[in-house]
Amino acid sequence: MIKNRTAQGYLLNTLVIAALIVGFAILKNTFGKAGDFKLIFAPSIWQCCYLIILAASLNLTLGFLGQLSLGHCGFMAIGAYAAALLSLAAERAGIYEDKKGAAFILVLTGCILIAGILAAIVGLLVGVPALRLKGDYLAIITLGFGMIIVNIINNLPFAGQEGLALGSASSSLYKNGLGFGTTLKVTYIWVAIAVTLISLAMMFMFVRSKYGRAIRAIRDDEIAASASGINTSYYKVFTFAYSAFFAGVAGALYACANATLSTSSFAFANGGILNSTFVVVMVVLGGMGSLTGSVVAALIMFFVNYQIKNGVWVRALPVWLQNVFNFPMLVYAVILIIVIMFRPKGIFGTYELSLRNFISDIKHSRQLQLEQKQAKEEVRSNG
Amino acid sequence: MAETKRIPILETKKLGITFGGLVAVSDFNIQIYPGELVGLIGPNGAGKTTVFNLLTGVYKPTEGSVLLNGEVLNGKKTHQFVNAGIARTFQNIRLFRQMTVLENVLAAFTKDISYNMFDALFRTPKFWKTEKALHEKALDLLSIFHLEDKADSIASSLPYGQQRKLEITRALATNMKLLLLDEPAAGMNPTETAELLECINSIRNRFGIAILLIEHDMSLVMNICERIQVIDYGVTIAEGLPEEIAKNPKVIAAYLGE
Repeated sequence: MIKNRTAQGYLLNTLVIAALIVGFAILKNTFGKAGDFKLIFAPSIWQCCYLIILAASLNLTLGFLGQLSLGHCGFMAIGAYAAALLSLAAERAGIYEDKKGAAFILVLTGCILIAGILAAIVGLLVGVPALRLKGDYLAIITLGFGMIIVNIINNLPFAGQEGLALGSASSSLYKNGLGFGTTLKVTYIWVAIAVTLISLAMMFMFVRSKYGRAIRAIRDDEIAASASGINTSYYKVFTFAYSAFFAGVAGALYACANATLSTSSFAFANGGILNSTFVVVMVVLGGMGSLTGSVVAALIMFFVNYQIKNGVWVRALPVWLQNVFNFPMLVYAVILIIVIMFRPKGIFGTYELSLRNFISDIKHSRQLQLEQKQAKEEVRSNG
Repeated sequence: MAETKRIPILETKKLGITFGGLVAVSDFNIQIYPGELVGLIGPNGAGKTTVFNLLTGVYKPTEGSVLLNGEVLNGKKTHQFVNAGIARTFQNIRLFRQMTVLENVLAAFTKDISYNMFDALFRTPKFWKTEKALHEKALDLLSIFHLEDKADSIASSLPYGQQRKLEITRALATNMKLLLLDEPAAGMNPTETAELLECINSIRNRFGIAILLIEHDMSLVMNICERIQVIDYGVTIAEGLPEEIAKNPKVIAAYLGE
């Protein structure tokens, strides 16, 4: 019974993803020659991909495990630098000449994997002491760890404060190592999409297994979880490291999508799109405990960010508002406040968008609303 | 058989704990034999729940020891106590509120699930087999308390009485030998209490487990407990059969004042 319904779901999801990819390929071929795709859509897709992985991976700790971590971008920085430096080393060792062919794909895959593993190891080292704390204290200590990581990278002789672009390792990532130019971003766009899909699938499998049940139990009531035989510290540290792994993978994609790497882009509160608060906003907006919610929220936040920076309509606004938009953090803060006021559980809550159950879920929620309405009316008529 | 029956499943020796200078429990000795139902009573603040916390590893005893089947459990963590075979419910219900009824029970199976990360990621046959078996087992356990229809409801949406029952079901799912019930009838009306009593008896018969019960409802305690231990200010003041306890002048004094 269970298995058949699940098989249906897998089949449906695979079909839809395949249809999306085919549709995308047609779009790409139609508009591929025009500059728009190369200059706007392809970089946007890269950015969306690492944002989706980043948001979904933080959701594992924040939404499913219920532990507020503010150092997520620290793990991403580790992934980004690991991937960039590794690819530079591989190029210098002569493993690949130009960014084509099987050797380069192999290096690319290796870089992404090792970036994730390295981030996971650091996540483990941070998680063991940090996860003894809870709530605000954990938030502060992870914030601290995030800053420490960025500072350590800053002071590495081969990475350098000025970032990899001007550091001693290489004149520019753009010409060496990962760091795709616009043409390569179009060529390797499938890498970004494939990595995102695989990462999401891995997170779904994790959540829908004993691991997911255990960590949601810990989120709901840690004392009851340990009284039910769940080794809470093991599952907490494991999830923290698992989530750091995907932050590292997102970092590797970031390194691919950018010509230069600089630690300031991973700092806690920079003006850009990549800071730990921004990631938290994405998770809260999408719904803590909903991976599909994180995906949607990442896309929304990307769109907001893009419009603030590049939207034509912005120029029509009064000057003071344009000045506010120069500090995107303010805009994100307002978004966060609005979400918390009007929809404290986020867009999706803990609901997972499911293609198989989409229609029946809508019917179900309609019915619930109707029942609630009726119950209220009954109370009113009785009163 | 007579010989093996004399070995207590749970034994504490001079168990005690002090918080700062306050002696919460001292010199607490109890033996519980397989299949027995023992009551632990005492006035408010007597230290009953503290005893439970000592028996489940939430607090570490400052003196004495806890033995389960002869194995010393001192210094172990709560989940290791559960693995050894002691499960409990809480005075103020602690469910996994945002999870479904079924998931609440499934979560308690976690320690017995042998598949690993690889099986979970690649959905191996072992994964499906384990999950399917556990689903059936969980529904089977839920049917004891007639909760199987509610399997897909969110735990916090259940009425109070059913939340209590779900908590007991979850404790049963840990596959324990000794069940500690902390005021299971608190906040229940007489009908619900009677129903609960029936359920406690039926799970005892079905699983052959020992139960240690904290309860304020005297009719319930006197009805179902085979032995009763009374504590006041952390000290055992009486133990014995229900009839003896009811007549014990020390117990009457502790409850009603002298």
